[in-house]
Amino acid sequence: MQVLRGRAHKFGDDINTDYIISGKYKFKTLDMDELARHVMEDLDPDFYHKIRPGDFIVAGWNFGCGSSREQAPLVIKHARIGAVLAKSFARIFFRNAINTGLPVVECDTDQIEAGDELEVDLARGVVENLTKGVSIPIKPLPPVMLRILEDGGLIAHFQKHGGFKLEGV
Amino acid sequence: MGQTIAEKILSQAAGRQVQAGEIVVARVDQVMAQDGTAPLAIQVFRQMGGKNPFDPKRVNLVIDHSAPSPTESISNLHKMMREFAWEHGCHLYDVGDGVCHQVMVESGRVGPGCVVVGADSHTCTYGALGAFATGVGSTDLAAALISGRLWFKVPETIKVVCHGPLPPGVFAKDLILYLIGRFTADGATYKAVEYTGSAIKELSMEGRFTVANMAVEMGAKVGLMEVDEKTWEWLREHGGGEFTAFSSDPDAVYAKVVEFDLTSISPQVACPHRVDNVSPVEKVAGTKIDQAFIGTCTNGRLEDLRVAAQILAGRKIHPRVRLVVAPASRKVYLQAMREGILATLVEAGAAVVTPGCGPCVGTHNGVPADGEVVVSTANRNFKGRMGNAKAEIYLASPATVAASAIAGEITDPRPFLK
Repeated sequence: MQVLRGRAHKFGDDINTDYIISGKYKFKTLDMDELARHVMEDLDPDFYHKIRPGDFIVAGWNFGCGSSREQAPLVIKHARIGAVLAKSFARIFFRNAINTGLPVVECDTDQIEAGDELEVDLARGVVENLTKGVSIPIKPLPPVMLRILEDGGLIAHFQKHGGFKLEGV
Repeated sequence: MGQTIAEKILSQAAGRQVQAGEIVVARVDQVMAQDGTAPLAIQVFRQMGGKNPFDPKRVNLVIDHSAPSPTESISNLHKMMREFAWEHGCHLYDVGDGVCHQVMVESGRVGPGCVVVGADSHTCTYGALGAFATGVGSTDLAAALISGRLWFKVPETIKVVCHGPLPPGVFAKDLILYLIGRFTADGATYKAVEYTGSAIKELSMEGRFTVANMAVEMGAKVGLMEVDEKTWEWLREHGGGEFTAFSSDPDAVYAKVVEFDLTSISPQVACPHRVDNVSPVEKVAGTKIDQAFIGTCTNGRLEDLRVAAQILAGRKIHPRVRLVVAPASRKVYLQAMREGILATLVEAGAAVVTPGCGPCVGTHNGVPADGEVVVSTANRNFKGRMGNAKAEIYLASPATVAASAIAGEITDPRPFLK
Protein backbone atom coordinates (compact mmCIF):
# COMPACT_ATOMS: atom_id res chain seq x y z
CA MET A 1 0.00 0.00 0.00
CA GLN A 2 1.29 3.43 -0.92
CA VAL A 3 2.43 6.12 1.48
CA LEU A 4 -0.14 8.91 1.80
CA ARG A 5 0.87 12.52 2.26
CA GLY A 6 -1.17 15.62 3.08
CA ARG A 7 -2.18 18.24 5.62
CA ALA A 8 -4.24 17.71 8.75
CA HIS A 9 -7.74 19.16 9.20
CA LYS A 10 -8.56 18.80 12.88
CA PHE A 11 -11.96 17.90 14.39
CA GLY A 12 -13.05 16.93 17.91
CA ASP A 13 -14.57 13.85 19.56
CA ASP A 14 -17.78 12.06 18.57
CA ILE A 15 -17.98 13.39 15.01
CA ASN A 16 -21.25 11.75 13.95
CA THR A 17 -22.44 10.71 10.52
CA ASP A 18 -25.02 13.53 10.43
CA TYR A 19 -22.10 15.99 10.62
CA ILE A 20 -20.19 14.12 7.92
CA ILE A 21 -23.16 14.22 5.56
CA SER A 22 -26.48 15.61 6.71
CA GLY A 23 -29.59 13.45 6.32
CA LYS A 24 -31.29 16.25 4.40
CA TYR A 25 -28.89 15.64 1.49
CA LYS A 26 -27.94 12.03 1.68
CA PHE A 27 -31.34 10.57 0.93
CA LYS A 28 -31.62 12.49 -2.32
CA THR A 29 -29.08 11.01 -4.68
CA LEU A 30 -26.50 8.31 -5.36
CA ASP A 31 -24.15 10.92 -6.88
CA MET A 32 -21.35 10.96 -4.30
CA ASP A 33 -19.43 13.78 -6.00
CA GLU A 34 -22.49 15.98 -5.57
CA LEU A 35 -22.96 14.91 -1.93
CA ALA A 36 -19.24 15.43 -1.23
CA ARG A 37 -19.71 19.20 -1.60
CA HIS A 38 -21.65 19.10 1.69
CA VAL A 39 -19.07 17.11 3.69
CA MET A 40 -18.84 18.38 7.31
CA GLU A 41 -20.99 21.36 6.30
CA ASP A 42 -22.79 21.79 9.64
CA LEU A 43 -19.44 22.02 11.46
CA ASP A 44 -17.59 24.11 8.85
CA PRO A 45 -19.61 25.44 5.88
CA ASP A 46 -16.43 26.01 3.81
CA PHE A 47 -14.74 22.70 4.59
CA TYR A 48 -15.12 21.23 1.09
CA HIS A 49 -13.28 24.22 -0.40
CA LYS A 50 -10.43 23.97 2.11
CA ILE A 51 -9.50 20.43 1.06
CA ARG A 52 -6.46 19.84 -1.09
CA PRO A 53 -6.49 16.35 -2.63
CA GLY A 54 -4.86 13.90 -0.25
CA ASP A 55 -5.46 15.92 2.92
CA PHE A 56 -6.41 14.11 6.12
CA ILE A 57 -9.30 14.42 8.52
CA VAL A 58 -7.84 14.12 12.02
CA ALA A 59 -10.23 13.65 14.93
CA GLY A 60 -10.55 12.45 18.53
CA TRP A 61 -12.57 9.59 20.00
CA ASN A 62 -15.50 7.76 18.39
CA PHE A 63 -15.29 9.17 14.86
CA GLY A 64 -18.30 8.27 12.70
CA CYS A 65 -20.80 7.49 15.44
CA GLY A 66 -24.48 7.56 14.62
CA SER A 67 -26.18 6.16 11.57
CA SER A 68 -25.11 3.30 9.31
CA ARG A 69 -25.08 5.52 6.22
CA GLU A 70 -22.30 4.39 3.94
CA GLN A 71 -22.56 7.77 2.27
CA ALA A 72 -20.41 9.00 5.20
CA PRO A 73 -17.13 7.31 4.22
CA LEU A 74 -18.03 7.67 0.53
CA VAL A 75 -18.40 11.47 0.66
CA ILE A 76 -15.10 11.75 2.54
CA LYS A 77 -13.45 9.69 -0.19
CA HIS A 78 -15.14 11.66 -2.96
CA ALA A 79 -14.05 14.92 -1.28
CA ARG A 80 -10.54 13.57 -2.03
CA ILE A 81 -9.53 13.10 1.61
CA GLY A 82 -6.66 10.58 1.73
CA ALA A 83 -7.45 8.98 5.08
CA VAL A 84 -9.20 9.60 8.39
CA LEU A 85 -7.05 9.50 11.53
CA ALA A 86 -8.74 9.24 14.92
CA LYS A 87 -8.16 7.96 18.44
CA SER A 88 -11.05 5.54 17.90
CA PHE A 89 -13.85 4.90 15.44
CA ALA A 90 -17.49 3.93 15.79
CA ARG A 91 -18.03 0.33 14.74
CA ILE A 92 -20.28 0.64 11.68
CA PHE A 93 -18.32 3.56 10.20
CA PHE A 94 -15.07 1.62 10.59
CA ARG A 95 -16.48 -1.37 8.66
CA ASN A 96 -18.03 0.85 6.00
CA ALA A 97 -14.73 2.68 5.47
CA ILE A 98 -12.81 -0.56 4.97
CA ASN A 99 -15.54 -1.96 2.72
CA THR A 100 -15.46 1.11 0.50
CA GLY A 101 -11.66 1.42 0.50
CA LEU A 102 -11.26 4.57 2.62
CA PRO A 103 -8.16 4.16 4.82
CA VAL A 104 -8.96 4.63 8.52
CA VAL A 105 -6.10 5.00 10.95
CA GLU A 106 -6.35 4.52 14.71
CA CYS A 107 -3.57 6.45 16.44
CA ASP A 108 -2.81 9.10 19.07
CA THR A 109 -4.05 12.21 17.30
CA ASP A 110 -3.13 14.50 20.22
CA GLN A 111 0.28 14.70 18.57
CA ILE A 112 -1.22 16.31 15.47
CA GLU A 113 -2.37 19.91 15.08
CA ALA A 114 -4.37 21.57 12.32
CA GLY A 115 -2.18 22.29 9.29
CA ASP A 116 0.55 19.76 10.18
CA GLU A 117 2.09 17.93 7.22
CA LEU A 118 1.66 14.18 7.66
CA GLU A 119 2.89 11.04 5.98
CA VAL A 120 0.76 7.94 6.58
CA ASP A 121 2.53 4.65 5.92
CA LEU A 122 -0.04 1.88 6.29
CA ALA A 123 2.40 -0.90 5.41
CA ARG A 124 4.86 0.17 8.10
CA GLY A 125 2.05 1.08 10.53
CA VAL A 126 3.25 4.58 11.31
CA VAL A 127 2.19 8.21 10.88
CA GLU A 128 5.10 10.62 10.45
CA ASN A 129 4.23 14.14 11.59
CA LEU A 130 6.70 15.98 9.38
CA THR A 131 5.89 19.39 10.89
CA LYS A 132 6.55 18.25 14.46
CA GLY A 133 9.12 15.59 13.66
CA VAL A 134 7.36 12.82 15.60
CA SER A 135 6.46 9.25 14.61
CA ILE A 136 3.06 8.01 15.77
CA PRO A 137 2.37 4.25 15.75
CA ILE A 138 -0.84 3.01 14.08
CA LYS A 139 -2.99 0.37 15.78
CA PRO A 140 -2.87 -2.60 13.34
CA LEU A 141 -6.04 -3.60 11.47
CA PRO A 142 -7.57 -7.01 12.21
CA PRO A 143 -6.37 -9.52 9.54
CA VAL A 144 -9.87 -9.91 8.07
CA MET A 145 -10.15 -6.18 7.46
CA LEU A 146 -6.64 -6.05 6.06
CA ARG A 147 -7.57 -8.78 3.56
CA ILE A 148 -10.65 -6.78 2.43
CA LEU A 149 -8.69 -3.52 2.20
CA GLU A 150 -5.88 -5.24 0.26
CA ASP A 151 -8.44 -6.61 -2.18
CA GLY A 152 -9.61 -3.02 -2.72
CA GLY A 153 -12.79 -3.12 -0.63
CA LEU A 154 -15.61 -5.62 -0.28
CA ILE A 155 -16.96 -5.17 -3.82
CA ALA A 156 -13.58 -6.09 -5.28
CA HIS A 157 -13.26 -8.93 -2.75
CA PHE A 158 -16.55 -10.42 -3.98
CA GLN A 159 -15.62 -9.88 -7.61
CA LYS A 160 -12.30 -11.66 -7.02
CA HIS A 161 -13.51 -14.58 -4.89
CA GLY A 162 -17.21 -14.84 -5.79
CA GLY A 163 -18.15 -14.49 -2.12
CA PHE A 164 -16.50 -14.28 1.30
CA LYS A 165 -12.99 -15.73 1.37
CA LEU A 166 -12.03 -14.95 4.95
CA GLU A 167 -11.80 -18.30 6.72
CA GLY A 168 -8.34 -18.96 8.04
CA VAL A 169 -7.21 -15.36 7.55
CA MET B 1 -16.39 -22.13 29.51
CA GLY B 2 -19.85 -20.58 29.69
CA GLN B 3 -21.23 -18.42 26.91
CA THR B 4 -23.17 -15.16 26.66
CA ILE B 5 -26.32 -14.83 24.53
CA ALA B 6 -24.29 -13.15 21.77
CA GLU B 7 -21.72 -15.98 21.76
CA LYS B 8 -24.45 -18.63 21.65
CA ILE B 9 -26.35 -17.06 18.76
CA LEU B 10 -23.21 -16.53 16.69
CA SER B 11 -21.98 -20.08 17.51
CA GLN B 12 -25.20 -21.48 16.12
CA ALA B 13 -25.09 -19.21 13.05
CA ALA B 14 -21.45 -20.05 12.35
CA GLY B 15 -21.86 -23.78 12.94
CA ARG B 16 -19.07 -23.99 15.56
CA GLN B 17 -18.45 -22.97 19.16
CA VAL B 18 -17.10 -19.43 19.32
CA GLN B 19 -16.00 -17.01 22.00
CA ALA B 20 -15.69 -13.22 22.14
CA GLY B 21 -12.89 -11.88 19.98
CA GLU B 22 -13.12 -14.53 17.25
CA ILE B 23 -14.05 -13.64 13.69
CA VAL B 24 -16.87 -15.67 12.16
CA VAL B 25 -18.62 -15.77 8.83
CA ALA B 26 -22.17 -16.45 9.94
CA ARG B 27 -25.55 -17.18 8.38
CA VAL B 28 -28.04 -14.30 8.46
CA ASP B 29 -31.75 -14.99 8.90
CA GLN B 30 -33.17 -11.67 7.70
CA VAL B 31 -31.76 -8.64 5.92
CA MET B 32 -33.36 -5.20 5.80
CA ALA B 33 -32.65 -1.91 4.08
CA GLN B 34 -34.54 1.38 3.94
CA ASP B 35 -34.81 4.10 1.31
CA GLY B 36 -31.74 5.94 2.60
CA THR B 37 -29.54 2.86 2.23
CA ALA B 38 -31.23 0.33 -0.09
CA PRO B 39 -30.59 2.14 -3.40
CA LEU B 40 -26.84 2.13 -2.71
CA ALA B 41 -27.02 -1.52 -1.59
CA ILE B 42 -28.81 -2.49 -4.82
CA GLN B 43 -26.16 -0.66 -6.85
CA VAL B 44 -23.37 -2.45 -4.96
CA PHE B 45 -25.23 -5.79 -5.27
CA ARG B 46 -25.01 -5.39 -9.07
CA GLN B 47 -21.37 -4.26 -8.99
CA MET B 48 -20.51 -7.37 -6.96
CA GLY B 49 -22.03 -9.51 -9.68
CA GLY B 50 -25.24 -10.27 -7.78
CA LYS B 51 -28.04 -11.77 -9.88
CA ASN B 52 -30.58 -12.95 -7.29
CA PRO B 53 -30.86 -12.43 -3.54
CA PHE B 54 -29.91 -15.55 -1.55
CA ASP B 55 -33.53 -15.94 -0.43
CA PRO B 56 -36.05 -13.22 -1.37
CA LYS B 57 -38.34 -14.17 1.53
CA ARG B 58 -35.58 -13.12 3.92
CA VAL B 59 -35.11 -9.74 2.25
CA ASN B 60 -37.06 -6.71 3.49
CA LEU B 61 -37.07 -3.34 1.74
CA VAL B 62 -38.80 -0.49 3.56
CA ILE B 63 -39.68 2.95 2.19
CA ASP B 64 -39.86 5.07 5.34
CA HIS B 65 -37.19 7.78 5.50
CA SER B 66 -38.86 10.05 2.94
CA ALA B 67 -42.36 8.69 2.62
CA PRO B 68 -44.38 9.78 0.72
CA SER B 69 -41.58 11.14 -1.46
CA PRO B 70 -41.01 14.90 -1.19
CA THR B 71 -38.88 15.26 -4.37
CA GLU B 72 -38.52 13.71 -7.81
CA SER B 73 -34.96 12.48 -7.15
CA ILE B 74 -36.15 10.53 -4.11
CA SER B 75 -39.14 9.22 -6.10
CA ASN B 76 -36.70 7.72 -8.57
CA LEU B 77 -34.77 5.98 -5.79
CA HIS B 78 -38.05 4.61 -4.42
CA LYS B 79 -38.90 3.31 -7.89
CA MET B 80 -35.55 1.51 -8.02
CA MET B 81 -36.37 -0.24 -4.69
CA ARG B 82 -39.88 -1.23 -5.78
CA GLU B 83 -38.69 -2.66 -9.07
CA PHE B 84 -35.98 -4.68 -7.33
CA ALA B 85 -38.48 -6.04 -4.78
CA TRP B 86 -41.09 -6.89 -7.42
CA GLU B 87 -38.56 -8.51 -9.74
CA HIS B 88 -37.13 -10.78 -7.03
CA GLY B 89 -40.20 -11.30 -4.82
CA CYS B 90 -38.72 -9.60 -1.73
CA HIS B 91 -40.90 -8.18 1.04
CA LEU B 92 -41.65 -4.56 0.17
CA TYR B 93 -43.03 -2.14 2.74
CA ASP B 94 -44.17 0.90 0.81
CA VAL B 95 -45.24 4.43 1.73
CA GLY B 96 -47.43 4.40 4.83
CA ASP B 97 -46.53 0.91 6.04
CA GLY B 98 -44.30 2.29 8.74
CA VAL B 99 -40.80 2.73 10.14
CA CYS B 100 -38.52 -0.17 9.16
CA HIS B 101 -37.81 -1.38 12.70
CA GLN B 102 -41.46 -1.38 13.71
CA VAL B 103 -42.56 -3.30 10.61
CA MET B 104 -39.75 -5.79 11.21
CA VAL B 105 -40.74 -6.52 14.82
CA GLU B 106 -44.39 -6.76 13.70
CA SER B 107 -43.52 -9.13 10.81
CA GLY B 108 -43.25 -12.31 12.88
CA ARG B 109 -40.05 -13.15 10.95
CA VAL B 110 -37.68 -11.80 13.60
CA GLY B 111 -37.44 -13.63 16.91
CA PRO B 112 -35.13 -15.23 19.48
CA GLY B 113 -31.87 -16.62 18.16
CA CYS B 114 -32.11 -14.90 14.74
CA VAL B 115 -29.18 -13.10 13.18
CA VAL B 116 -30.44 -9.97 11.43
CA VAL B 117 -28.49 -7.31 9.57
CA GLY B 118 -30.14 -4.07 8.60
CA ALA B 119 -28.76 -1.10 6.71
CA ASP B 120 -29.86 1.20 9.50
CA SER B 121 -28.06 1.68 12.79
CA HIS B 122 -31.18 1.17 14.91
CA THR B 123 -31.53 -2.45 13.76
CA CYS B 124 -30.37 -3.27 17.31
CA THR B 125 -34.04 -2.73 18.29
CA TYR B 126 -34.76 -6.45 17.67
CA GLY B 127 -32.42 -7.40 20.50
CA ALA B 128 -35.52 -6.97 22.67
CA LEU B 129 -36.83 -10.14 20.96
CA GLY B 130 -33.58 -11.99 21.71
CA ALA B 131 -32.24 -11.56 18.16
CA PHE B 132 -28.61 -10.74 17.34
CA ALA B 133 -29.55 -7.74 15.20
CA THR B 134 -27.11 -5.07 14.12
CA GLY B 135 -26.74 -2.16 11.74
CA VAL B 136 -24.44 -2.38 8.73
CA GLY B 137 -23.63 -0.24 5.72
CA SER B 138 -24.90 -0.74 2.20
CA THR B 139 -21.87 -2.74 1.00
CA ASP B 140 -22.08 -5.22 3.89
CA LEU B 141 -25.80 -5.44 3.21
CA ALA B 142 -25.19 -6.19 -0.47
CA ALA B 143 -22.74 -8.96 0.51
CA ALA B 144 -25.39 -10.48 2.80
CA LEU B 145 -28.02 -10.08 0.07
CA ILE B 146 -25.91 -12.15 -2.33
CA SER B 147 -24.48 -14.75 0.01
CA GLY B 148 -26.86 -14.98 2.97
CA ARG B 149 -23.79 -14.60 5.17
CA LEU B 150 -21.68 -11.86 6.74
CA TRP B 151 -18.51 -11.68 8.79
CA PHE B 152 -18.71 -10.63 12.44
CA LYS B 153 -16.30 -10.17 15.26
CA VAL B 154 -17.92 -11.98 18.18
CA PRO B 155 -18.41 -9.14 20.65
CA GLU B 156 -17.62 -9.08 24.33
CA THR B 157 -20.70 -8.41 26.43
CA ILE B 158 -21.42 -5.76 29.02
CA LYS B 159 -24.15 -6.91 31.40
CA VAL B 160 -26.33 -4.02 32.51
CA VAL B 161 -28.47 -4.85 35.53
CA CYS B 162 -31.37 -2.41 35.95
CA HIS B 163 -33.02 -2.53 39.34
CA GLY B 164 -36.64 -1.38 39.37
CA PRO B 165 -39.44 -0.69 39.65
CA LEU B 166 -39.39 2.62 37.79
CA PRO B 167 -41.24 5.35 39.70
CA PRO B 168 -44.65 6.54 38.39
CA GLY B 169 -44.32 8.90 35.40
CA VAL B 170 -40.91 7.46 34.50
CA PHE B 171 -40.79 5.33 31.35
CA ALA B 172 -38.55 3.10 29.22
CA LYS B 173 -37.20 6.18 27.43
CA ASP B 174 -36.14 7.75 30.71
CA LEU B 175 -34.40 4.52 31.68
CA ILE B 176 -32.34 4.32 28.49
CA LEU B 177 -31.50 8.05 28.48
CA TYR B 178 -30.28 7.64 32.06
CA LEU B 179 -28.06 4.69 31.04
CA ILE B 180 -26.63 6.55 28.02
CA GLY B 181 -25.84 9.54 30.23
CA ARG B 182 -23.77 7.20 32.44
CA PHE B 183 -22.15 5.11 29.68
CA THR B 184 -21.54 8.07 27.28
CA ALA B 185 -21.72 7.90 23.48
CA ASP B 186 -18.85 5.41 23.10
CA GLY B 187 -19.11 3.58 26.44
CA ALA B 188 -20.08 0.29 24.77
CA THR B 189 -18.34 0.57 21.38
CA TYR B 190 -17.79 -2.84 19.71
CA LYS B 191 -19.61 -4.53 22.61
CA ALA B 192 -22.87 -6.40 23.04
CA VAL B 193 -25.05 -5.01 25.80
CA GLU B 194 -27.18 -7.46 27.73
CA TYR B 195 -29.96 -5.65 29.57
CA THR B 196 -31.35 -7.45 32.57
CA GLY B 197 -32.88 -6.84 36.00
CA SER B 198 -36.36 -6.18 37.35
CA ALA B 199 -36.75 -2.79 35.63
CA ILE B 200 -36.34 -4.50 32.22
CA LYS B 201 -38.53 -7.47 33.08
CA GLU B 202 -41.37 -5.17 34.12
CA LEU B 203 -41.35 -3.28 30.82
CA SER B 204 -43.83 -4.16 28.10
CA MET B 205 -42.36 -5.39 24.80
CA GLU B 206 -42.94 -1.90 23.40
CA GLY B 207 -40.88 -0.39 26.21
CA ARG B 208 -38.17 -3.01 25.69
CA PHE B 209 -37.92 -2.03 22.01
CA THR B 210 -37.30 1.57 23.13
CA VAL B 211 -34.42 0.45 25.36
CA ALA B 212 -32.86 -1.94 22.82
CA ASN B 213 -33.24 0.68 20.06
CA MET B 214 -30.87 3.12 21.73
CA ALA B 215 -28.06 0.62 22.47
CA VAL B 216 -26.25 2.06 19.44
CA GLU B 217 -26.27 5.51 21.06
CA MET B 218 -23.62 4.19 23.45
CA GLY B 219 -21.79 2.54 20.57
CA ALA B 220 -23.02 -1.02 21.10
CA LYS B 221 -23.28 -3.58 18.34
CA VAL B 222 -26.38 -5.25 19.77
CA GLY B 223 -28.68 -4.65 22.75
CA LEU B 224 -29.90 -8.05 23.89
CA MET B 225 -32.59 -9.09 26.34
CA GLU B 226 -33.60 -12.43 27.80
CA VAL B 227 -36.64 -14.06 26.29
CA ASP B 228 -39.64 -14.46 28.61
CA GLU B 229 -43.41 -14.96 28.44
CA LYS B 230 -43.91 -11.39 27.18
CA THR B 231 -41.60 -12.10 24.25
CA TRP B 232 -43.50 -15.26 23.25
CA GLU B 233 -46.81 -13.46 23.62
CA TRP B 234 -45.65 -10.68 21.28
CA LEU B 235 -44.55 -13.29 18.75
CA ARG B 236 -47.86 -15.19 19.00
CA GLU B 237 -49.79 -11.94 18.46
CA HIS B 238 -47.71 -11.16 15.38
CA GLY B 239 -47.78 -14.59 13.79
CA GLY B 240 -44.23 -15.45 14.69
CA GLY B 241 -42.64 -18.65 13.42
CA GLU B 242 -40.43 -21.17 15.24
CA PHE B 243 -37.52 -19.74 17.21
CA THR B 244 -34.94 -21.01 19.69
CA ALA B 245 -34.26 -18.81 22.70
CA PHE B 246 -30.81 -18.49 24.24
CA SER B 247 -29.80 -17.23 27.66
CA SER B 248 -26.38 -16.58 29.09
CA ASP B 249 -24.71 -19.32 31.14
CA PRO B 250 -24.15 -18.61 34.84
CA ASP B 251 -20.39 -18.79 34.23
CA ALA B 252 -20.45 -16.68 31.05
CA VAL B 253 -17.58 -14.20 30.84
CA TYR B 254 -18.52 -10.50 30.68
CA ALA B 255 -16.33 -7.51 29.81
CA LYS B 256 -18.01 -5.93 32.83
CA VAL B 257 -21.18 -6.01 34.87
CA VAL B 258 -22.77 -2.67 35.76
CA GLU B 259 -25.72 -2.22 38.11
CA PHE B 260 -28.11 0.73 38.23
CA ASP B 261 -30.74 1.57 40.82
CA LEU B 262 -33.58 3.16 38.84
CA THR B 263 -36.15 3.24 41.61
CA SER B 264 -35.87 6.96 42.27
CA ILE B 265 -34.85 8.54 38.95
CA SER B 266 -36.74 11.48 37.45
CA PRO B 267 -37.90 11.77 33.84
CA GLN B 268 -34.73 12.33 31.78
CA VAL B 269 -33.93 14.76 28.94
CA ALA B 270 -31.00 14.64 26.48
CA CYS B 271 -29.91 18.20 25.75
CA PRO B 272 -28.39 19.61 22.52
CA HIS B 273 -26.39 18.39 20.68
CA ARG B 274 -25.47 15.04 22.20
CA VAL B 275 -27.53 12.03 23.20
CA ASP B 276 -25.31 11.50 26.25
CA ASN B 277 -25.83 15.08 27.48
CA VAL B 278 -28.56 13.89 29.84
CA SER B 279 -30.21 15.78 32.72
CA PRO B 280 -33.17 15.13 34.99
CA VAL B 281 -36.20 17.05 33.69
CA GLU B 282 -36.13 19.38 36.71
CA LYS B 283 -32.85 20.87 35.48
CA VAL B 284 -34.14 21.87 32.04
CA ALA B 285 -37.80 22.54 32.87
CA GLY B 286 -38.84 25.98 31.64
CA THR B 287 -36.85 25.84 28.37
CA LYS B 288 -39.18 27.38 25.76
CA ILE B 289 -40.05 25.14 22.80
CA ASP B 290 -41.40 25.79 19.29
CA GLN B 291 -42.12 22.25 18.16
CA ALA B 292 -42.84 18.91 19.78
CA PHE B 293 -42.54 15.59 17.97
CA ILE B 294 -43.89 12.18 18.96
CA GLY B 295 -42.95 9.24 16.75
CA THR B 296 -39.92 7.23 15.41
CA CYS B 297 -38.59 3.71 15.89
CA THR B 298 -37.84 4.72 19.48
CA ASN B 299 -41.21 6.02 20.63
CA GLY B 300 -43.94 5.92 17.99
CA ARG B 301 -45.68 2.82 19.31
CA LEU B 302 -49.17 2.38 20.70
CA GLU B 303 -48.33 2.83 24.38
CA ASP B 304 -46.39 5.98 23.47
CA LEU B 305 -49.38 7.50 21.68
CA ARG B 306 -51.64 6.27 24.48
CA VAL B 307 -49.75 8.11 27.24
CA ALA B 308 -49.58 11.25 25.09
CA ALA B 309 -53.37 11.08 24.60
CA GLN B 310 -53.86 10.55 28.32
CA ILE B 311 -51.99 13.80 29.00
CA LEU B 312 -53.51 15.78 26.11
CA ALA B 313 -57.13 14.64 26.62
CA GLY B 314 -59.37 17.68 27.09
CA ARG B 315 -56.39 20.03 26.80
CA LYS B 316 -54.90 22.15 24.01
CA ILE B 317 -51.29 22.49 23.01
CA HIS B 318 -49.69 25.89 23.60
CA PRO B 319 -50.72 28.42 20.89
CA ARG B 320 -47.09 29.00 19.85
CA VAL B 321 -46.16 25.31 19.61
CA ARG B 322 -46.62 22.76 16.80
CA LEU B 323 -47.09 19.12 17.76
CA VAL B 324 -46.23 16.60 15.03
CA VAL B 325 -47.22 12.96 15.56
CA ALA B 326 -46.01 10.09 13.34
CA PRO B 327 -47.32 6.64 14.34
CA ALA B 328 -44.57 4.04 13.94
CA SER B 329 -46.55 1.82 11.58
CA ARG B 330 -49.83 1.31 9.77
CA LYS B 331 -50.83 -1.20 12.47
CA VAL B 332 -50.11 1.32 15.22
CA TYR B 333 -51.93 4.04 13.25
CA LEU B 334 -55.04 1.87 12.81
CA GLN B 335 -55.17 0.75 16.42
CA ALA B 336 -54.68 4.33 17.62
CA MET B 337 -57.62 5.31 15.42
CA ARG B 338 -59.81 2.53 16.80
CA GLU B 339 -58.99 3.48 20.40
CA GLY B 340 -59.79 7.15 19.75
CA ILE B 341 -56.19 8.13 20.54
CA LEU B 342 -55.75 10.00 17.27
CA ALA B 343 -59.01 11.92 17.76
CA THR B 344 -57.77 13.05 21.18
CA LEU B 345 -54.40 14.13 19.80
CA VAL B 346 -55.89 15.97 16.81
CA GLU B 347 -58.46 17.74 19.01
CA ALA B 348 -55.60 18.89 21.23
CA GLY B 349 -53.92 20.45 18.19
CA ALA B 350 -51.59 17.73 16.86
CA ALA B 351 -50.71 17.33 13.18
CA VAL B 352 -50.63 13.60 12.39
CA VAL B 353 -48.34 12.64 9.52
CA THR B 354 -47.79 9.39 7.57
CA PRO B 355 -45.98 6.63 9.51
CA GLY B 356 -42.28 7.10 8.72
CA CYS B 357 -38.99 8.68 9.75
CA GLY B 358 -39.20 12.12 8.06
CA PRO B 359 -39.19 14.53 11.00
CA CYS B 360 -36.49 12.61 12.92
CA VAL B 361 -34.02 12.51 10.03
CA GLY B 362 -34.75 15.94 8.58
CA THR B 363 -36.04 14.84 5.20
CA HIS B 364 -39.51 16.42 5.47
CA ASN B 365 -42.65 16.70 7.65
CA GLY B 366 -41.36 19.08 10.30
CA VAL B 367 -37.99 20.75 9.70
CA PRO B 368 -37.51 23.44 12.39
CA ALA B 369 -36.61 27.08 11.62
CA ASP B 370 -33.39 28.87 12.58
CA GLY B 371 -33.08 29.27 16.33
CA GLU B 372 -36.08 27.08 17.09
CA VAL B 373 -36.19 24.51 19.87
CA VAL B 374 -37.71 21.06 19.45
CA VAL B 375 -38.54 18.47 22.08
CA SER B 376 -38.71 15.04 20.47
CA THR B 377 -39.20 11.37 21.31
CA ALA B 378 -36.51 10.39 18.77
CA ASN B 379 -33.12 8.82 19.48
CA ARG B 380 -30.72 11.48 18.14
CA ASN B 381 -30.34 15.21 18.76
CA PHE B 382 -27.22 15.89 16.71
CA LYS B 383 -26.89 19.37 15.28
CA GLY B 384 -28.73 19.39 11.96
CA ARG B 385 -30.41 16.06 12.62
CA MET B 386 -33.92 17.38 11.90
CA GLY B 387 -32.74 19.24 8.81
CA ASN B 388 -31.57 22.56 10.29
CA ALA B 389 -28.21 22.97 12.02
CA LYS B 390 -29.44 26.22 13.59
CA ALA B 391 -32.15 24.44 15.61
CA GLU B 392 -31.82 22.75 19.00
CA ILE B 393 -33.23 19.32 19.80
CA TYR B 394 -34.06 17.89 23.23
CA LEU B 395 -34.94 14.19 23.57
CA ALA B 396 -37.46 12.90 26.07
CA SER B 397 -40.25 10.39 26.69
CA PRO B 398 -43.65 10.75 24.97
CA ALA B 399 -45.13 11.85 28.31
CA THR B 400 -42.57 14.64 28.72
CA VAL B 401 -43.04 15.73 25.09
CA ALA B 402 -46.85 15.83 25.44
CA ALA B 403 -46.71 17.80 28.69
CA SER B 404 -44.17 20.20 27.15
CA ALA B 405 -46.41 20.77 24.10
CA ILE B 406 -49.17 21.95 26.44
CA ALA B 407 -46.95 24.20 28.54
CA GLY B 408 -44.89 25.60 25.64
CA GLU B 409 -41.74 24.75 27.56
CA ILE B 410 -39.98 21.61 28.74
CA THR B 411 -42.15 20.29 31.53
CA ASP B 412 -42.16 17.47 34.05
CA PRO B 413 -45.05 15.21 32.98
CA ARG B 414 -45.71 13.72 36.38
CA PRO B 415 -48.30 16.29 37.59
CA PHE B 416 -50.29 15.59 34.37
CA LEU B 417 -50.44 11.87 35.12
CA LYS B 418 -51.98 12.09 38.59
